[in-house]
Amino acid sequence: MIKLEAIIQPHKLENVKAALLEIGVDGMTVTEVRGHGRQKGHKETYRGMEYKVDLLPKIKLEIVVPNSRQEEIIRKLADAAKTGAIGDGKIFVTDVIDAVRIRNDDRGEAAI
Amino acid sequence: MNLLSKRTHILTRLLLTLTLALTFANVTLAQTPAPAAGETPTAAPAQAIPADIAKKLDDLDKAAKSAQMAGDNSWMLTSSALVLMMTGPGLALFYGGLVREKNVLGTMMHSFILMATVSVIWAVVGYSLCFAEGSPFIGDFRYVFLRGVGAEPNADYAGTIPQQTWMIYQLMFAIITPALISGAFAERMKFSAMLLFMTLWSFIVYFPMAHMVWGKGGFLQGTLGGVIPAWDFAGGTVVHITSGVSALVCALYIGKRKGYPNESMRPHSVVLSVIGACLLWVGWFGFNAGSALNAGPLATSAFIATHFATAAAVLGWMFIEWMVAGKPSVLGAISGAVAGLVAITPASGFVKPMPAMLIGFAAGVVCYLMVSKVKQMFGYDDALDAFGVHGIGGTLGAILTGVFATKEVNDLRMGKPMGLVDGDAGQVMNQLIAVAISWGIAIVGTLVILKICDLVCGVRVNGEDETLGLDLSMHGEEGYNLES
Repeated sequence: MIKLEAIIQPHKLENVKAALLEIGVDGMTVTEVRGHGRQKGHKETYRGMEYKVDLLPKIKLEIVVPNSRQEEIIRKLADAAKTGAIGDGKIFVTDVIDAVRIRNDDRGEAAI
Repeated sequence: MNLLSKRTHILTRLLLTLTLALTFANVTLAQTPAPAAGETPTAAPAQAIPADIAKKLDDLDKAAKSAQMAGDNSWMLTSSALVLMMTGPGLALFYGGLVREKNVLGTMMHSFILMATVSVIWAVVGYSLCFAEGSPFIGDFRYVFLRGVGAEPNADYAGTIPQQTWMIYQLMFAIITPALISGAFAERMKFSAMLLFMTLWSFIVYFPMAHMVWGKGGFLQGTLGGVIPAWDFAGGTVVHITSGVSALVCALYIGKRKGYPNESMRPHSVVLSVIGACLLWVGWFGFNAGSALNAGPLATSAFIATHFATAAAVLGWMFIEWMVAGKPSVLGAISGAVAGLVAITPASGFVKPMPAMLIGFAAGVVCYLMVSKVKQMFGYDDALDAFGVHGIGGTLGAILTGVFATKEVNDLRMGKPMGLVDGDAGQVMNQLIAVAISWGIAIVGTLVILKICDLVCGVRVNGEDETLGLDLSMHGEEGYNLES
């Protein structure tokens, strides 16, 4: 099993969800996060005081999938999240040792 | 059907009686300069009028007076409620949105707690010190514990409403004035020190100023025998200059917020501030139009001047910010509204709508430059711009009142000129003196008070509490518990 951790633009979430559902990935965890990579932040002005805001709102989407589907899912996710501009985000891939379904003690890939 | 027509009939009769009564009331008023004088006007020709007609006339006279009081009193009670609404939730939301999330409750509390604190002080002794006739500088104690303040009008101030109404209306001004100052020391003042400060400030700055400008025999009273008659319709000097200038003194004395200006101090919710500013705009009709102290045409005139000045101020601030900073911000637009409301306050009952717009527009532009340029030039941390908006807007408005006051709107001098546009340049001088006195009292009074507070309990929270935020460190709460 692997975990895909995708940091994406908030407005792309619906797109990504739909794309993943299309290929049968129906479990996911979504968090509102803030961060930045190479994308520069923006400037806000309040009564003449300028603030540089570099931590921008992003969505972190986590899914755990079988190793066999790694490339297919990454492709689908990246296509759905892409705008082509700076700030589109990243996907991190990590190994997952085990999984437990709390309701009935299913283990491993049966639990995801 | 039957019931309905019967009701309509009663209503028509009632309306007719009221109209008659009101017409009569206007005539009596026009004939008698002091409407509350207790003499019977029909004393001389009394022998000629048969007893039953005399009684009828007397009854009509009573009915007319009672109708006039009902009309005026309903507007003044409404105005009182509107002015209270300016403090809470108006100012509480306006200021609350401008601070960081960790200080939202503490900031709202600064406004809210004054609704209670000043009220108690007012009933015990504040009203008396402001409005009892005493020396030119402060009232005496004749009205302590509201003794003798009842349903009878006090003709010196407002002859057609109960003195109790006048008293409660004035209280609402005494509440919002210190609340305005809290914008300057936001996010770093100890709650205990703030309570002590506001109490002392009421006694040392507000009560004397209110007495001097509005109290009978006050030094700056425009109509009741003041030495230097200055026009201040609804509180440009008493409310906005005193609070705004005191705010500057507070900001300088207490010092900058930790991390200012390098750390982000972005407003946590301009949304709250927009709601607050709109409530202030609406509430201000009670503040300014209510200052006519009756429901007559002067109230309408002040209402209209207030509205147009505010509208022009919004545009003034927005356009200059758009030109200078590149974007028309929402915070700018609502700040412009408050600046315009402040500036028109002293002038509202003396100027026509077009000069009102000029005053508003000027306030929008000047206050913008003040808070965005001058403040940064000097580097003081007037956190929510109480000085930039109220101190400067109030000063500008007070001076321009002397320029644009006209007898066509308010003929207090019985036909003689009221301001520069009428041909009396001297009034501008009077306004300047009133402004100087307000600045002086505010500066000296506030410095003394801060020193006392510092000795008694320390004015500023410690660094740890400041970092934690006032909500947790002072009140043990948080504004937004989204996980609960």
